[in-house]
Amino acid sequence: MSIVLTLCKAFLVGGLLCVIGQVLIDKTNLTPAKILVLYVLAGVVLGAVGVYAPLAEFAGAGATVPLTGFGFNLAKSTAEAVNERGLWGALEGPLSAASVGVMTAVLSALIVSVFARSKDK
Amino acid sequence: MSVSNEDYAAMTNRAAPPSPLALDCLKAFLVGGSVCCFAQGVTEALVLLRLSREDAKLLAMMTLIVLTAILTAAGVFDRLAKHAGAGLAVPITGFANSVVSPALEFKSEGYILGTAAQMFSIAGPVIVFGCSSASLYGLIYFFLAGRR
Repeated sequence: MSIVLTLCKAFLVGGLLCVIGQVLIDKTNLTPAKILVLYVLAGVVLGAVGVYAPLAEFAGAGATVPLTGFGFNLAKSTAEAVNERGLWGALEGPLSAASVGVMTAVLSALIVSVFARSKDK
Repeated sequence: MSVSNEDYAAMTNRAAPPSPLALDCLKAFLVGGSVCCFAQGVTEALVLLRLSREDAKLLAMMTLIVLTAILTAAGVFDRLAKHAGAGLAVPITGFANSVVSPALEFKSEGYILGTAAQMFSIAGPVIVFGCSSASLYGLIYFFLAGRR
């Protein structure tokens, strides 16, 4: 029962974050690339001011899977790194927070492009 | 009969098909929600298998990225994304697709200047601005936390 509720919350919040992105795509002339940058920045800012942590607590993957969650994770992990390592954390935190996501994407892109046939343009 | 402007607007509203915005938003909501729900499901399943919640979340995210890579290579992702719009662009799937898609597309220009260089054409800006702002936040946080 609690799992069903958790899934529903993830669905609702994740869906709503996507609807905001869709409105931005349809109503402004922002390209999806700019919206990705905007979402990550929004996540960093919302994480920094402490708004996003309660949302992530509430919605789980619904808040962490959209790119705002990526930004939130950057901010949260950087603050933790600063707690542990002082000012070094401000330099070490961001990239190590991004590392798992970025490396998974890079490695799968490499593997896929080695095995896939080059597309005819 | 005379029809006021307001009445006319109301009549056309009733007769017109639902606006593309409403339909786009509905599709984005359903697809985006499903992606997040799927990730939550994978997380819960892994927690049941006694993985720590932190690890489970990372593995769920990795699952989405790898699935996106496979679907992009198979040509399925682009077709889905055409309908889903932000529903697939805003979740981590959009980020993964932005890495994999140019990597494949520019393979013909070689691995160095094609695949590797183009891989970051969209992910690059995301990482530059995301990490730089997080770094700036770390700096501010350091001085605010230091004063306490």
